[in-house]
Amino acid sequence: MSAELLELTVGEALRRIDGGELSADEYADAYAEAAAEDELNAYLWTRESPFAREGDGTGRTEEPPLRGAPVAVKDLFCAEGIETTAGSRILEGYRPPYTATAVRRLEEAGARLLGKTNMDEFGMGSSTENSGYGPALNPWDRTRVPGGSSGGSAAAVRDRTAPWAIGTDTGGSIRQPAALCGVVGLKPTYGAISRYGMIAFASSLDQCGPLTRDVTDAALLLRAMEGRDGCDSTSVGIAGGIELPTREGLEGLRFGVPRELSAEAEGMEAGVAATFERALSTIRDLGGEVDECALPHSAHGLSAYYVLAPAEASANLARYDGVRYGLRADGEVELGAMYERTRSRGFGAEVKRRIMLGTYALSSGYYEAYYGRAQRVRTRIAADFASAFERFDYLLTPTSPTVAFELGARSDNPLAMYMADYCTVPMSLAGIPAISIPCGLAEPDGGGPELPVGLQIAAPAFTESGLLDAAYAVERALGLTATPPGAGP
Amino acid sequence: MSLAEGYEAVIGLEIHVQLSTRTKMFCGCALSFGDDPNVHTCPICLAHPGSLPTINERAVRYALQIATALECDVAPRSIFHRKNYFYPDNPKGYQISQYDIPLARGGRLEGVRVHRVHLEEDAAKMIHVGESGRIHGSATSLVDFNRGGTPLVEIVSEPDLRSPEEAREWAQLLRTTIRQLGVSDVNMEEGSLRCDANVSVRRAGDAELGTKTELKNMNSFRFLERGIAAELGRQSMVLEAGDQVVQETFHFDPRTGSLTPLRSKEYAHDYRYFPEPDLVPLAPTEEMVREAREALGELPAARRRRYEAELGLPEVTARQLAFDAELGAYFERALEAAASRGGTDGTGVEARSIANWVTGELVARLREAADGDADPSSSKATPEALAALVAMVEARRVTTGAARQVLAALVSEGGDPEEIVEREGLAQMSDAGELEGIVERAIEAEPAAAEKVREGNPKAIGPIVGAVMRETKGRADGGEVTRLIREKLSSG
Repeated sequence: MSAELLELTVGEALRRIDGGELSADEYADAYAEAAAEDELNAYLWTRESPFAREGDGTGRTEEPPLRGAPVAVKDLFCAEGIETTAGSRILEGYRPPYTATAVRRLEEAGARLLGKTNMDEFGMGSSTENSGYGPALNPWDRTRVPGGSSGGSAAAVRDRTAPWAIGTDTGGSIRQPAALCGVVGLKPTYGAISRYGMIAFASSLDQCGPLTRDVTDAALLLRAMEGRDGCDSTSVGIAGGIELPTREGLEGLRFGVPRELSAEAEGMEAGVAATFERALSTIRDLGGEVDECALPHSAHGLSAYYVLAPAEASANLARYDGVRYGLRADGEVELGAMYERTRSRGFGAEVKRRIMLGTYALSSGYYEAYYGRAQRVRTRIAADFASAFERFDYLLTPTSPTVAFELGARSDNPLAMYMADYCTVPMSLAGIPAISIPCGLAEPDGGGPELPVGLQIAAPAFTESGLLDAAYAVERALGLTATPPGAGP
Repeated sequence: MSLAEGYEAVIGLEIHVQLSTRTKMFCGCALSFGDDPNVHTCPICLAHPGSLPTINERAVRYALQIATALECDVAPRSIFHRKNYFYPDNPKGYQISQYDIPLARGGRLEGVRVHRVHLEEDAAKMIHVGESGRIHGSATSLVDFNRGGTPLVEIVSEPDLRSPEEAREWAQLLRTTIRQLGVSDVNMEEGSLRCDANVSVRRAGDAELGTKTELKNMNSFRFLERGIAAELGRQSMVLEAGDQVVQETFHFDPRTGSLTPLRSKEYAHDYRYFPEPDLVPLAPTEEMVREAREALGELPAARRRRYEAELGLPEVTARQLAFDAELGAYFERALEAAASRGGTDGTGVEARSIANWVTGELVARLREAADGDADPSSSKATPEALAALVAMVEARRVTTGAARQVLAALVSEGGDPEEIVEREGLAQMSDAGELEGIVERAIEAEPAAAEKVREGNPKAIGPIVGAVMRETKGRADGGEVTRLIREKLSSG
């Protein structure tokens, strides 16, 4: 019973709860149990006891639409009184005095917090190996990474220890782990969901989004979280809200394939490219028009990103100074030494690298050459997308140039690690929504068992309902049923 | 020390004003002064992970009032920046301030150009436990975050001031102006008004500016003037000795009255400014700007111009009344009282007289009574009573001398001048015959003086006038008395 229960999408579970076939508490507790038995280091915190009984246990009489469904939350979101570390040792033991707006909205919609998921420290990484609490593992192959930085959320959803999860995406941190774990991951338009209470990495890029079993679940979570929030000046919400997807075919829709982020993309694995091509055929079969297009500046996306994001991070992470909360290096030392020791001890290598990069890029005399220039590249990239969307409704790319790589394979080579976000960073810079859906399995270059490949679909700002509709149709046409070895009902 | 001969002072001021909004600049915590430490804090002003700032609209409206009062151009879209530095009073590790596109630019106050006006947040308060009172050498340092995040407006003048006194007067005028707007307590002792000065010296006539130094922490107008004077003296001596002024920052120590250079580590910051991504550009609506302008009323600078042009007051008097808020309010009420009794005739004669009485006798009596500065608005001598008294002087119903006695009585006990005149018998003598008799008796009583006057020494008249005044208790008109004595002694 329990194993079958864990295979349900949340949408299906909610239907059964509403139909009286399933108890909301039973559903939630199955996950509390599963999460407690997590073997992938996907969680940094899980509840110690079953969920409290609510109502008559059927959920039928309760109004909030999510009916007590449990949700796993990336450890980047503050939840009052619950340890929140952002994957960093500098916040070990930190219990926030308040709850993030996105989490609060989910709770108001009837969801219950299942656990806090593992992640690259402060969202900086593409493998979850930069977690201060050990890497999360890929459910398809435990010698491989789940992607990152929302690797714990993606792994938990695919491993059936969470029905769904939320993560954050700064340059690909939802989409890339979703692709590598074979789940759906949506990065909404910048400003769709409040960032209040979401620990900042790069404020102008960070955006919360869902990681789910299917596109409908992504729509359900987005619908519950999106909206203007008075606590986040940059939040605007999505006009008209979110419609649940229903689309069958793709007739009349024009799909552009930017060659810079597909065939010409650096480091694209043959298996990924072939799987992507098969997905394009499926889209054509559904009646979609598919054509090549150009995003001429997108090749500079990573370079601009690795100036802008570290620059913002260098300021965002200045608050971890040992004065008010979190780690303080012990010993009676002078202020400067206390700062130095606390931050040396509390931050991991990648975080330090980015703080230094960002500090340098903002320094007097270098600002124009780095930050100023990167901002101009960002403007050009956004303009590229705007002109592409004059011809196309959606753009298609592989989500990641590669399938999940082996643990440690890129740990000593930051540039190789940064390449994992090659196809996702341009959309982040442009602030537009993009979703990754599973589109098949492929062997890694050099051979080995097949691993999931993600298809990225990008859309103009604030057109999430249309994007979800298109993704839904593609998802149904692809009809993927593959499960990780040893998993499944 | 003061400026050496042949040098010119070039002074610019940077003034920080804490706005008296109900809540902080970027969060909902209440503003406070003197409460227990760390009771007005929240995740935002303590910089908890994930918290975000939102702009206080009231603070923007207050800042717009200051900007429009200083005749600045308000930017249609201004940008907040992060100013990065590590210090425990700065919990985020950056201060949210404005940088290349401030709220407003290009204003003017009484001939001194205003470079810019911008909005930012105040730092928390550090308390260093130990002898030094500074972080170096202290045993422990504590942080009180109540003040952290208080809205601040920074006003930067162009280097248009030419003496320490001018700098102090301008700062005082700015304070009066802002105080009248009601957007800040502008209290230097409590720190709601803070003044830094940029000071340089050049040879008189040079067009180029000299190297400037920055003076911080002068927490009273007196210290501001004194600090600038000391620095000007130091710089001109450096130049006189053929040396170069080095750009540095000085900290004024009010206990010793001396300036000490800050260690270079303490101010040699690269603040790494960049646009604050957590806030959208600040775009005040036209309506907000118009409302700010309409709320201004008559500001001190305009009031001075009106006093000079319409009332014909001398500049010094006009300035004193326009720039001293309490005195100005008193004067305005006295003018109103005079007008309502039909007294002012439009020529400004009575207004000038009232102005003289307010700035002269009243201020002097109040100072005596209060042993220093005194607030005329809380005086027992009401503006209405003063106006009535001036009207009596103008109508020659009391002499100036008698009126002084009446004013002294008003200051000490209040009341109605008519009654005091009646009670004390101070009405001006109008019976010419009676006065003539008194004058004759006085000449007889002072034969030596009378003789000297007869011999052509007019100054010797004093004792005779004095005798008349004693006899008449000051009720006689001084001019008339002098005329009568001269007449008697020349004809006799």
